[in-house]
Amino acid sequence: MVDPKELKYTKDHEWLRYEGDFAYVGISDFAQSELGDLVFVNLPEVDDEVVAGEAFGDVESVKAVSDVLSPVTGVVVEINEELLDDASLINSDPYGAWFIKVGSITETDELLDSDEYDKFIEEA
Amino acid sequence: MKLIFEKSIPGRGQDIFPACDVPVVLPKEDKLRKTTVHLPEISENEMGRHYTALAKRAHGVNDGFYPLGSCTMKHNPRINEKMANLPGFAKLHPLQPAHTVEGANELIADLEKFLCEITGMAGVTFQPAAGAHGEFTGLLLIKAYHHDRGDADRTEILVPDAAHGTNPASATMAGYKTVVIKSNENGTVDLDDLKAHLGPKTAGLMLTNPNTVGLFDPNIMEITRLVHEAGGLCYYDGANLNAVIGIVRPADIGFDVIHMNLHKTFSTPHGGGGPGSGPCAFKDFLAPFAPGLVCKDGEYVRAEKSIGNMTGFYGNFLVMVKAYTYLLTIGKDVHTIAENAVLNANYMQEKLKDIYPIAFDTTCMHEFVIGLDPIYRKTHVSALDVAKALLDYGIHPPTIYFPLIVHEALMIEPTETETKETLDEAIKAFREIYDRIFNAPESVQLAPQTTPVLRLDDTKAAREPHLRYEF
Repeated sequence: MVDPKELKYTKDHEWLRYEGDFAYVGISDFAQSELGDLVFVNLPEVDDEVVAGEAFGDVESVKAVSDVLSPVTGVVVEINEELLDDASLINSDPYGAWFIKVGSITETDELLDSDEYDKFIEEA
Repeated sequence: MKLIFEKSIPGRGQDIFPACDVPVVLPKEDKLRKTTVHLPEISENEMGRHYTALAKRAHGVNDGFYPLGSCTMKHNPRINEKMANLPGFAKLHPLQPAHTVEGANELIADLEKFLCEITGMAGVTFQPAAGAHGEFTGLLLIKAYHHDRGDADRTEILVPDAAHGTNPASATMAGYKTVVIKSNENGTVDLDDLKAHLGPKTAGLMLTNPNTVGLFDPNIMEITRLVHEAGGLCYYDGANLNAVIGIVRPADIGFDVIHMNLHKTFSTPHGGGGPGSGPCAFKDFLAPFAPGLVCKDGEYVRAEKSIGNMTGFYGNFLVMVKAYTYLLTIGKDVHTIAENAVLNANYMQEKLKDIYPIAFDTTCMHEFVIGLDPIYRKTHVSALDVAKALLDYGIHPPTIYFPLIVHEALMIEPTETETKETLDEAIKAFREIYDRIFNAPESVQLAPQTTPVLRLDDTKAAREPHLRYEF
């Protein structure tokens, strides 16, 4: 199980988890609850470049489609294909449901730790 | 209720077609279909009942108030249908020689003149079959213009964050990258953000004015000037033309190309009743790139550097007949469309703003947006719940969760064809629902209770769609 306390967060509600030279990216529990029941996910392809602060994919709820931004600049080494078949995993387990695994990281956005992120949500 | 396929009984049919009186010629063997066509076999009487039963379960603009924001669900005068059904129009074939369809060509030419007068543009193509198709056409004209000047580096289309979703979709279809421009605290284009994104890569800007929160952008002259200064063109999304028709001409406020929805502003049926028509009007410097064929002095000709065909032939001609009829019946009073549309929207907004939070609390144009978020946070009654509750009052819900810049949005467009009595009934319904949100929230969350089907599971429908009947 992933401990949300151990993760880093963006102000756009993505989370980031480092594992060696790689980073996993997903969206926070707050983000999934605001979006509501998710029905589709669009992910990049392996070997695609992602840029910190720019959209790498999107999530679609019954209400709307929202971009998901990358917290890092790098190259996609793996995508979570399970999400393409079942977007509800993001609702049921937001911290387990990673979207992409990124390598060759050259740049990282300004990130918040768990306490800072909780405070950020409260103030928002 | 059974589907028509479930009512089918093999061998049962109807005799509506007379016996074939010409020799039967079958296509070649390899062109014949190998699978059965699965047409339902049902008597005329049963078929009539089936579709009448479906119609009774549906809600259209003939059944009641239909304030679906951005969709302009106005009354479609019956005389439009009568004119479109005249056999001289209805029974034309697109391959007839030009000299046998002079009346139809005259109608198209006249309608083009009317639309040029309304928009201030120099020419119109009627090929696009719907609004988004008109946007796509307009963007291809912009692209052809830049490429013709030898400027292929313009790869970006700027689109405000309040735009209709079709704008970025059309830009993508046309091979452009969409760059999103933020709205300011007044709900209109943020000039600083616009300036920051304009440059040598800018092909153009797509703008709806009034925008999707129902506000006319006070900086419009500055916005179009800045885009032109950067070398881009300005595209006017005519979806909200109903708010300004006969009063503001898009060409006069700096737009170069525009689409109009004949099926919104010009009272031809839509929302399943189509077909649509999204003619694209342009300034004269874009005319050399126009799509399709136009009739000039009895001959069909193609524009010099035409972008090609957007559809076969001329577009949906009978929709043009309806729009033409509409404009002839209204005549010089065309500005009253906009005046009454804006008056009706402001009347409803004024009568609701003491209880419902208005997203941008100022005089609106033809529609206004309620941002239910503060009420949702307190009560857990959402915009979706309010929309569903309206069904029990015989009202079609407004557009919800759009525009995206307003949380828990309800976007209400009454149109000019509703009476004060209808608006008052709707206001009463909205106010009753407000009371129920605080006194009996579950009753709103469980609505509707009086419709043929109750609350549908949107999530399941999206996650496990059954899009066709399985035989």
